[in-house]
Amino acid sequence: MPKATNADDSEPSDGVQIDLISGERMDGMATMEKIRMILDGVHDGNIVILEEGLTPDEESRLIEVTMAEISPDEFNGIEIETYPKSETRDSSLLGRIMGNDQTETKLTVIGPANQIETLHKDETLISALVSRN
Amino acid sequence: MGLFTELKDSISRVTDRLFSEQEPKRIGIYGPPNAGKTTLANRIARDWTGDAIGTESHVPHETRRARRKENVEIERNGKTVTIDIVDTPGVTTKVDYEEFTDEMDEEDAIRRSREATEGVAEAMHWLREDVDGVIYVLDSAEDPITQVNTMLIGIIESRDLPVLIFANKTDLEESSVKRIEDAFPQHTTVPLSAKEGNNMDEVYGKIAEYFG
Repeated sequence: MPKATNADDSEPSDGVQIDLISGERMDGMATMEKIRMILDGVHDGNIVILEEGLTPDEESRLIEVTMAEISPDEFNGIEIETYPKSETRDSSLLGRIMGNDQTETKLTVIGPANQIETLHKDETLISALVSRN
Repeated sequence: MGLFTELKDSISRVTDRLFSEQEPKRIGIYGPPNAGKTTLANRIARDWTGDAIGTESHVPHETRRARRKENVEIERNGKTVTIDIVDTPGVTTKVDYEEFTDEMDEEDAIRRSREATEGVAEAMHWLREDVDGVIYVLDSAEDPITQVNTMLIGIIESRDLPVLIFANKTDLEESSVKRIEDAFPQHTTVPLSAKEGNNMDEVYGKIAEYFG
């Protein structure tokens, strides 16, 4: 599976990598492919930002898979914040019939729990304080 | 009783159960860790069956596996509902064993965190596959607007499951039921103290109304 990052893996860095993943890239992926891509990035210490977020079902599977991968002293889970873009929500009859209500466009920020010190959301801003460990 | 009659009766019992309106509904008790889910599950189970479901504790993730109490028959306002109560571990997106090392040695803390992660995964699986309705328990002394709460309520809504929000711990001075009502105005919020047994009449009334 290709990684979502473009960074040169051969050079160690003390910076924090941010992967901004477009909705287009996620479009053709199955649920588990999306989850694998997110968690691979998070395992590498990256902050993953999804332009179009996940559906509720995908979110529940992300939690389930995250739990299966937690291990002492290595990976203790994720921090996640989601930002619905209500102004882009398709509330038309056709949109509802097509199920667009449940997959409304939204921005999601996911990062490793041991590196994100705070992840705060208010009405117009998601703010992350990330430590380099 | 002959073998044929016995078989016929057995098939009849299974058919009755499959098509019965009275099939118990599986009601999952969900919420963040330490919201009082097990205290509530025990209160309901004791009030209607005389038995408790699980151990209550102030240590997070005391409930690490989903536990079920079957055939709890609740009667209120002339309406009777039979439910299977499923007490689930507190849902979270992270579990760090070091959080438990103040309360126990490292080996036990690691074991607890492993069990907790399995329990949360199991609870998410139950939510997708096995529950007919949800009681979502929140600590009314805490801010309800957290990612886990909004995400979990969103998941529950996407599955079209009937959900009641219980604002627990109203016996605490810092309790604010309005904060929970304002956070999730699309759902009915019922205040209670599972520990003290406050407002349980309304709790049972709403359970009968929503899940009956």
